Amino acid sequence: MISKPTTQTLRHVRLALWAGAAALLLLAGGALTVRTYMAPPAPRATSVGEADIRSEFALMDHTGRAVTEADFAGRWQLVFFGFTHCPDICPTTLAYMASVLDLLGPQADRVAPLFITVDPVRDTVPVMAEYVSAFHPRLDGLTGTEAQVAEAAQAFRTWYERVEEKTAPDGYMMAHAGHIYLMDPDGRFEAVFQERDQPPEAVAKEILMQIEKEEQQE
Amino acid sequence: MKLLTASLLTFAWPLAAQAEIIVTDAWARASVLASRPGAAYLTLTSDEPDRLLEVTSPVAGHVMLHGVETDSAGVTRMVHIVDLDVSPGTPVTLAPGDSHLMLMDLSRKLEEGESFPMTLVFEGAGEVTVDVPVLGPGAMGPTEERP
Repeated sequence: MISKPTTQTLRHVRLALWAGAAALLLLAGGALTVRTYMAPPAPRATSVGEADIRSEFALMDHTGRAVTEADFAGRWQLVFFGFTHCPDICPTTLAYMASVLDLLGPQADRVAPLFITVDPVRDTVPVMAEYVSAFHPRLDGLTGTEAQVAEAAQAFRTWYERVEEKTAPDGYMMAHAGHIYLMDPDGRFEAVFQERDQPPEAVAKEILMQIEKEEQQE
Repeated sequence: MKLLTASLLTFAWPLAAQAEIIVTDAWARASVLASRPGAAYLTLTSDEPDRLLEVTSPVAGHVMLHGVETDSAGVTRMVHIVDLDVSPGTPVTLAPGDSHLMLMDLSRKLEEGESFPMTLVFEGAGEVTVDVPVLGPGAMGPTEERP
């Protein structure tokens, strides 16, 4: 019981700290933009054959609406493939994506965060709706038929596999790649991140930089 | 901060005082949906070489220790760890995105703010029961939640 108000206070302190960090980030972003003219900073992300990776899919969002990549055109996409029975990597990565979105501040509107299930049999529209709302109000959960999900995964060149596991719910787990894709407003590959590789601040910074770069090109 | 750490330590301190094993920073994530496996994390410190043999909890039908392996293609697989060795002077930390205790067949949804007991059985130190506080579904560590 004692820890309750303390946690609350800590949360306020943390919020203030995050606000400060966000302000610093914006400043740093500005500084970096200037620097970009002289020497473009090395990309932080590991690149994986970017030529072939495209955002192409025909799926159903968590409100039951049929969507394709065209519905997200003009926005950056932050895409993660996972499943709701996933105990660790998926909640960890989705919480991380939520942190990134919060760190983007007002620019978060320029980014569509997408969670695509690799387990569409169990992850139906209502399941996805309940699941994504636990992580971020702006997170979209996408599901479909097994064939549609396979096609989406193919377009992103991501990998998943059903693994029989006696003790798991329904007797199986899904193994899957843990990448977060950053796709540009035309649905082209920009970068890929893994949660363990850098704090969310670094990903937010990279996205803000890309958004600014794009704005300058317009 | 001190108060929070102190209260967590109190929670996590092993009941078996004679044990050489110290379990700290135990925590679990709140369940997002019922019938989904939960995940719990903790840190083990030992004075003597020991081995974690089994973990049980009244809230779970089955607790499995999982590690995570990522191959060169970036494919992440969970690896079932049967026995976990604990070496003196080298704390073993289970943390999000890495190793975790997977809580299968949860008897109920784990709600943020509650806590549940979990018993760890060690080869040398015997049984150690800790109280595991349940943090938010997006919590990333025992004392800190990302905003």
